[in-house]
Amino acid sequence: MTVLRITAYNGCEDELGQSMQELTLTPTAVQAELHKNGVTDVVWLPDTESSFMYKLLAEDPSLRIIPIAREAESMPIALGLWIGGRKPIVMIQNTGLFESGDSVRGMAVDVNLPVVMMIGYRGWTRRGVTKDSAATITEPTLNAWRINYYLVEHDGDVDRISAAFEEAERRQQPVGVLIGAEYSG
Amino acid sequence: MISCFDAVEYLVALRKEELVVGTMTPNRYWSDLSDKPDHDLPIYGGMGKASSVALGLAMSQTTRRVWCVDGDGSLLMNLGALVTISGQAPVNFVHFVFDDEAYQTTGSQPVPGAGRYNLKLMAESAGYPEAYLFDDLEDFKTELPDIIKKEGPVMVVLKIHYPNGGPPFSMGSTKDAVDEMRNALGTR
Repeated sequence: MTVLRITAYNGCEDELGQSMQELTLTPTAVQAELHKNGVTDVVWLPDTESSFMYKLLAEDPSLRIIPIAREAESMPIALGLWIGGRKPIVMIQNTGLFESGDSVRGMAVDVNLPVVMMIGYRGWTRRGVTKDSAATITEPTLNAWRINYYLVEHDGDVDRISAAFEEAERRQQPVGVLIGAEYSG
Repeated sequence: MISCFDAVEYLVALRKEELVVGTMTPNRYWSDLSDKPDHDLPIYGGMGKASSVALGLAMSQTTRRVWCVDGDGSLLMNLGALVTISGQAPVNFVHFVFDDEAYQTTGSQPVPGAGRYNLKLMAESAGYPEAYLFDDLEDFKTELPDIIKKEGPVMVVLKIHYPNGGPPFSMGSTKDAVDEMRNALGTR
């Protein structure tokens, strides 16, 4: 099975990484969260951090995958689906989130769209050192839009996806789930 | 060329229970003339996203027909939507594009490629099974009743003009319209 691999510290290991272990985010764990929260549609432009789930989710008969040509289509499509009674999520990369700026504003925040956006966190590193501006401006951008978010790096974090769904419904606002992966560019 | 008012007036008269997602200048006419506002979803300042909202609506309300009343500048701003729409192939989707080759809202400056592009051919090459172009009102009125019954996605391009400059610019609330449509559909 394809998994998203990260290397993470476990407990009180030293800085030389002597106790480092590999943790994984498995597509089945994410899929279970989507099922638990009644997701019907995945509006998706696959990216490096989410593509590991594509095969499994695309073959899931309870989910409809809606491929898009550009990330800015994701919010308005999700809006139309939600108005009509479906429960979509959006899967895009942080770069695509930037590209989608006005759609996030007008088609999600302004209209109280309670959608969970799973955002591939390009450039993310646990140690906070990255050359990639896509990573350094992701959280400031979400904060500027007043969009709360949760970081998911491995299977131990996936309950944060349910927390994101709960918050989206409670606040009637979009909520982000950042899919973290070590920078490999 | 067809007067935008005449085209919208005819569409409003022809419309039954269709859900209508409109935007920009054509939507100003639509909002003035429509007698089913709870079935209308105006997208104010949506940067071309009306067709994407309409796609989502068509995919979620599959027993209803959905019309998108789009503008040329809006579609050009979201051109990838053509392949996204054709990829999903919503049979209940009719995509009207009001094409005056200009940004009417901001003073009729020409859109990029004005006089060169052909939106009907773009739709066909993107995979819309049906696409039409009208520049004569009587032809439009004669053929449209059959066209709107066809399996979509269907594109209908209207070469239009604004003899009186169009209704004045106004910004309403898309959020209020969203709430009203959700109430009407029973999804709220």
